[in-house]
Amino acid sequence: MSLHAFLFYVVAGLTGLSAIAVVVTQNIVRSAAFLLFALAGTAGVFFLLGADFVGATQLLVYVGGVLVLVVFGVMLTAQEPFVSMKTGAAEWVVAAVVGLLLYAAIAVSVLIDPVVKPVELQKAGAQTAPTPEASRSTEVLGEAFLGLQEATPKQYKDGSPIKVTGIPPERAPKRTPMGYLLPFEIVSVHLLVVLIGAAYLARAKRRRGAST
Amino acid sequence: MTEEIGLNHYLLLGAVLFVCGALCMATKRNAIGVLMGVELVLNGANVNFVALARFNPAFEVEGQVFAVFVIVMAAAEAAIALAIVLNFYNNHLSVDVDTAEELKG
Repeated sequence: MSLHAFLFYVVAGLTGLSAIAVVVTQNIVRSAAFLLFALAGTAGVFFLLGADFVGATQLLVYVGGVLVLVVFGVMLTAQEPFVSMKTGAAEWVVAAVVGLLLYAAIAVSVLIDPVVKPVELQKAGAQTAPTPEASRSTEVLGEAFLGLQEATPKQYKDGSPIKVTGIPPERAPKRTPMGYLLPFEIVSVHLLVVLIGAAYLARAKRRRGAST
Repeated sequence: MTEEIGLNHYLLLGAVLFVCGALCMATKRNAIGVLMGVELVLNGANVNFVALARFNPAFEVEGQVFAVFVIVMAAAEAAIALAIVLNFYNNHLSVDVDTAEELKG
């Protein structure tokens, strides 16, 4: 077993088991702790995939930001009846059956009809193990954001044109290298608006019944 | 176990996260538990995005760009959802989603 395979099984096992534990645990505080491991494991998966920047963002934003928010929410509302709210046995059975069916459906559709055929991937020169070029991913991402390089390559490494959707190349829509700066600005303004709105919603108010 | 780790392995891991998140949303009665389920679903989608960015050269950059956007959106969604939950808790002294019936038609 190669090092990449070994690391994948370790990280994926950690992530998957933590995610399952989040669902199964009845105690909301433990649930939050398992969510921490699931999110950190996902960041590990991103690093394994050579996406350094996304992995670092995941660690900063999710593990550092969102999880702190969730933990604060848990602590602020941790009154006795809400720490562990039981779910009925019948609901567990239904949930387990539905979950297994859903997973089976996704797994079958992934394995039976792959999105990208392995042969096509080999032609494209996709690697399965991290390579030195993979560590350039942050640089490539930044250039794509600025529109300095076209985000989507026109052809595979052997020169044949890329077909993603099955549209023949001559009828495929023309793509201009525009970069992702405008969407990024929209997202950042959106985040600002949302945070102001959240602060407005969560501001301290008198409880109903306490007044009058 | 000796075969190379390919796209399918990562897609199956993403499916595990997605199904766990969906079940979490369905079974938890605590509103913050439901929120955790949403985070798991978004993470499952992100794993798929980054895996396809890695293994399909046509999405080399787009997959990662959209993963970053999803992370930012998830942060915004978590902030607003927690604000709503805290507001609800202030008004009703409860985080049980079964008690949030005021919007019932």
